[in-house]
Parts: sequence; structure tokens; C-alpha cells
Amino acid sequence: MTGPALPPALRAAQVSKRYGPVQALDEVSVDVGRGECVVLVGESGSGKTTLLRCFNRLIDPDTGNIMIENANAAGLDPIALRRRIGYVPQDGGLLPHWPVRRNVELVPWLRGVANAGELATRALELVGLEPARFAQRWPRELSGGQRQRVAVARALAAKPDIVLLDEPFGALDAITRVELQSTFARIRRELGVTTVLVTHDLHEAFDLGDRIVVLRQGRVEQDASAKDLRADPATEYVRELLLRARISSQ
Amino acid sequence: MSVSVWLALLLLAVPATAALQDQTPTHARAVLVASKPFGESYLLAEMFAQLLEARGFSVSRRPGLGATEIAFQALRSDAIDVYPEYTGTGLLAILGQRPSADPADVYRQVAREFRRRFGLRWLPPLGFQNTYAIAVRQETAQRYHLATLSDLARISGSLRAGLTADFIGRADGLPGIQKAYGIRFRAVRALLPALKYQALAAGEVDVIDGYSTDGFIARYNLVILKDDLHFFPPYEAAALVSRAFLRDLPGGVAALTELSGLLTEQDMRRLNRRVELDGIPVARVAGGALLALGLTSASPANAVATRDQARAGLFPYLWSQRLSIVQLTLRHLLLVGVSLLGAIACALPLGLMLERRRSSAEPVIRGVGLLQTLPSIALLAFMIPLLGIGVVPAVVALFLYSLYPILRNTYTGVRDAAPDAVGAAWALGMTPRQILRHVRLPLAAPVIMAGIRTAAIINVGTATLAAFIGAGGLGDLIASGLALSDTRMILSGALPAALLALVVDAGLGLCERAVRPGG
Repeated sequence: MTGPALPPALRAAQVSKRYGPVQALDEVSVDVGRGECVVLVGESGSGKTTLLRCFNRLIDPDTGNIMIENANAAGLDPIALRRRIGYVPQDGGLLPHWPVRRNVELVPWLRGVANAGELATRALELVGLEPARFAQRWPRELSGGQRQRVAVARALAAKPDIVLLDEPFGALDAITRVELQSTFARIRRELGVTTVLVTHDLHEAFDLGDRIVVLRQGRVEQDASAKDLRADPATEYVRELLLRARISSQ
Repeated sequence: MSVSVWLALLLLAVPATAALQDQTPTHARAVLVASKPFGESYLLAEMFAQLLEARGFSVSRRPGLGATEIAFQALRSDAIDVYPEYTGTGLLAILGQRPSADPADVYRQVAREFRRRFGLRWLPPLGFQNTYAIAVRQETAQRYHLATLSDLARISGSLRAGLTADFIGRADGLPGIQKAYGIRFRAVRALLPALKYQALAAGEVDVIDGYSTDGFIARYNLVILKDDLHFFPPYEAAALVSRAFLRDLPGGVAALTELSGLLTEQDMRRLNRRVELDGIPVARVAGGALLALGLTSASPANAVATRDQARAGLFPYLWSQRLSIVQLTLRHLLLVGVSLLGAIACALPLGLMLERRRSSAEPVIRGVGLLQTLPSIALLAFMIPLLGIGVVPAVVALFLYSLYPILRNTYTGVRDAAPDAVGAAWALGMTPRQILRHVRLPLAAPVIMAGIRTAAIINVGTATLAAFIGAGGLGDLIASGLALSDTRMILSGALPAALLALVVDAGLGLCERAVRPGG
């Protein structure tokens, strides 16, 4: 998708990671273009979350390189890097002793930005939570869907170029999940932020992803656009996956 | 015995006359007079104190020090100047030597050995012996035809004994009579001195260890069994004097020898009775005794001031003692407060540090936990050579006991604080220090406060033991009450202590609410 003149926003080049006897990542290479949304899918243990966490140096690979905006991640300060990249964990991870506003202001505050409050207000509006109603609430007073919206707002408040999401909607009920997915799709259209999203839900991958990377036992099984993946599964494993998800490849 | 008295008087003549020549009216410092925690010891110490006061010395009283070991360690390290001790106890419990049956022999032996080994002096004996008295109820004696300990040995297998912990452990106690007489009781229960007479009278036990000068023996109509094999060594009461006392105030030491040889066993039984049974304040009984012996000319002021409250109920008693109760409560609070603040200042940062070095956390915390298993009396006794007696060792001991709950809760609290929140904070770029300060610590605050509350409550209770090393506090009233079998006095210490525990817990509960995160 990206020409050689324009380097990808994120690049994993032959990245390997081993945990004891388990090869979590085995020479994985993935590029994420500027503004693109790449979805990493796979079963548990496929290495999708490990790869995601390499992009903001929560995990450092044993071999291979991670490039962020054409700079080698290994040479970047991990704390500063994380403040540049939005992150949404599966459980939201809101700080329970901080009200919503303070949670959303977290990254701007860490970066020492003057207008943190303003950024937080805008981020809450972006995820569809009325600041006047929600800013002063405690996380425990929110529903699961609202909490996850706050987590998304927190990831985007500092206006990062890149956002990483680790199964962000996995723990929600079906109706709430669809609502959040459409909200997220709208936000992406508005902001054009480079996105890597991890999920085990193929429907979510097809709904949100420009490209889908199927991982299996630490290796890339197929890396293709949603349309190509559906039309032409590269391996028997991918075909099986699509069949099981009742996404026919016929 | 009179031989030994004169011998000792001779030994003391030199420093005593030296003191007489040096007749300065004001004395350099107060004499620290201590006692062990039972009635007779309180009474003798009070007599020492009033006699010294009558001779122009100022006196500071440290009654009720823990037990033989604590009182002796305190004397040896010059933390106190004098306390009443018994020659047989000195020989067996402190020197660990075999006694002879001759009192003069025993006195000579302890006087020589204490001087040689510790530099301590035994003043000439006061005149009476207070030996262990194995006692049974009248009916038990009649039914089994018991008159001697040899008689007891015949049927000991069917009797239950209630003995003081001291007696059970000492070589001149239970282990000794087991060996000497072959006595084997059906069961042995450890009882507090104050409770054993009641337990015997109520039929809960059949045999107890008493003292031959106890006031209780007559009251409960008990039979003392004769030590027909002369197992118990002679226990002559005498003042045991520290090096510093002899060096600084030889005139005071000389004044104490005025009591030597003056007290008979009958005298002592009568005096103990007045204290233990009639509930007359120790100070008054002691003052009266000195007056009767012709050692003082007028009854001391405090004896006149104290009204006889023998018949007063609990609440009038508490009301009459309100000033000293308030004072002791404040002292108690001081002991608890200072030790607790010190423990917080050490355990809290240590717990936070260990969270960052988790591999060393468990060994360190377990090491601190070991302190918790030390019996408090043993810990207090260990510290006397290092810190003397009084407030300092008590605060140190309470501090050590407070560390574990605070350390354990701090470490566990910060380690287990909301893992999702910590993970997210890390992924969004907080530094470890920021995570500790803004996430882990506030989220762990309730757990840490719970640890502090636990420590505080344990502390309020344990601080009552501080009385045993002369640190004061409400334990003073409990210890004296136990020693003098005065229930009202015990309650006058125990009730405020319980109240204090509730108040401290409630106060810390309010603090906990203030630090609870998230409103």
C-alpha cells in the first residue's frame, strides 16, 4: 500500500521473542502505513498481543527491529515513546481513585501540556460522553461500555499519531460492543490516526481493519486487505478460521 | 543468721562511716528503689523508700519490675539502685548453684559470689524467711492424711497442681521437688499468683505453691506441707544493692541496714495480710511498720493523706484514683504513640522499597516477623543491659512489635494494588516512581491503614507490660493490682486500657476514611 518513498508509521522487521520454551514471535514482519488501521487476529498464544506491546516497548524483541516513524525503537526512551502513543487495554485500566476527567488528562499531564483540561474535554466529546455529565464521575459509577469509552478518550486526549488497542471491546456485551465499534470507526475517519488493534473476533477485524494480519504460533499466516483475505485465504488455517466465524470464503 | 548480719554490718561499716562523716544535707541524686511484682516485694520496697526519705534522701520508686531476671538485670546495669531479694533465689535462680540448708551459709555464699561476679552487695538479711510453701485445702489434708511433702508424693498422681510460672520453671521449684520427692502431679496448670488461692479454694486445683509469709494462707484456712527433706533452701529477705548506689550514696546504703534483722516472720505475715487481705494501701502499711519499729518518728504525710478505701466500690475507687489514672493513661498513650510513629516511619518506606526489590521482600518481612514471636518479657529482659529500664526500652520493644503488621500490609498493599490500573499507567508512560506515588500508594492506603490499626491495638495491649520494666502506663495498675490481689486496682488499669484501644482504633478509623481513595 505504501510506496518506498513514504516510510511506514510502524514497522516490525523480522521480530522474534521467546519466553522460555515458547516462541511467542518468530521472525515476524509487519508494516503499518500512515493513517492505516491494521488488525492483528489470532487465537490466544498466537503472539498478537506480544507484537502489539513491542510497538510501545512494553516488550523488547530478542532479535529484529521495531521502527517508529522511521526511527529504531530500541534507541528511543521507552517512557517518552509511550507518552507519544495512545494505548487502550482490554480491561480499560482506568485508575479507580481518579475521577473521569483526571484519568483522561493523564497523558497530557505526563507530557506537561498546559491545556490538559481542554484536551480532556474534547476527547470526552469525541467518544460521545458529555463532559458536563461525566467528567466528575468515578470510574466505578460507569457502565462497562462507558468505562471503555473513557479509556479510548484517555488514549486519544494527547492527540497521538499512533494508537494501540489490545482487545478493547472484547469484554463488552454484544450490543455495547457494536456501539463502541461504530464510534471507534467514526473517530478513525475523523482523526486518521494510525491504528493497531488486537482482537480474536474476525467480525471486528473485518469491520474496522484496512488490513488484517493473521498470526498463528508466532508466525504471520496471512497479511492482506479485508477483501483479499475473504476472497483468497492463503492457507487451510485461515480458511478454517473464516468458516468457523461463518465468514464464507466462497 | 545473726552471725551473718553482724558479718555484713562489719563489711559495710567502712563505707557507712565514711558517709556519716560526709554530712551534706542535700544528696546528689534520687535513690531508685524497685520491687518485683508481688505484694511482699512491693511492701519491702516501700519500707526501703520511706526509710530513705526519713533519712533525707530523695527516692524514685520503680515498683513491680517483671520478674527476678528483669529486676536483677536492671540492678546489674545500674538502672535501679536497690530491690528486695531472697538469698535462696539469688543462689539458685541467678547463680545456679546448689543450696545448703543453713541460712548463714547461703547468705555468705551469695554475698561473696554476687560481689565477685557482679559487684553487687547483699545487705544483712531483714530477719525473716519467706520460703515456698506447698499448700492444700484442709479437707484434702484430712482425707489423704497429708502433713509433709513426702506424704504428698504418695498420692500426687491423683492431684492437680496450680503453680506460678516462676515455680514451674525454676530449679528450686517443680523440677526440684519432682526429683527430691518423686512428686508427679496428675496435671499442672500455670496460674497467676493472684489467682492461685482462689483456684485452690474453689476446688479447681488441689495443690498450690505459696509463700510462707503470705496473708492468704490463714484466710483460706490452708495446710502447709512440711518440707521434711529440707529441699527448699533458706529464702532470707534482704536488700540487694547496686554498684552505683554504694559508690554515689554510701549513706543511703547505710540507712537501709537499719532494717536488718528487725522483721520477724510473724511481723511479715501480719503486714502482708494488711496489704493483701485488708486492702490497706502499701504506703500506709509500710509507714506504720517503720513507726512501730521505731525507725521513724512520725507517720509520713502520704500515709495520713490516703483514706482507707478498703470498703469502697469500684466506681468510687476509680473516681478517687482519677488523677493517677489520667496520668498513667497519658503515659500509656505516649508509649503507644511514639513507638507507633517510629514504626510507621521505618516500616512504610521499607515496605515501598521492598515492592521494588521483590526477591528480597519475603526474607526481610519474615525476619521482621520473627520479632513478633519473641515473648515480650524475654524481649524486655534482653534490652535491659543495652537500654536500662523505663520508657526507652519499652518504646523500643513496642516499636519492634509494631513493625511487622505495618510492613506486611504496606508491601502486600502496594504489590497487589489494582494490577489493571498499574499496567495501564505503565503503558501510557508513567515512570515507576510516578506509579508508586500516584497509583500504588493511594490504592494501597486502606490496606496500609489496616496494618497501622492492627499495630496500634496490639500496642495498646502490649504497653501494659511496660510496667514490668518501670515504664509506667496503665500496666502499673494492672501489675500492682495482680500483685496485691486488688481487683479494683486491676480494673482501674484494664478498663481505661480497653477504652483507650477503642478510642485509638476509632481515631485511626477516621484517618483511614480520610485516606481512602476515590471519595
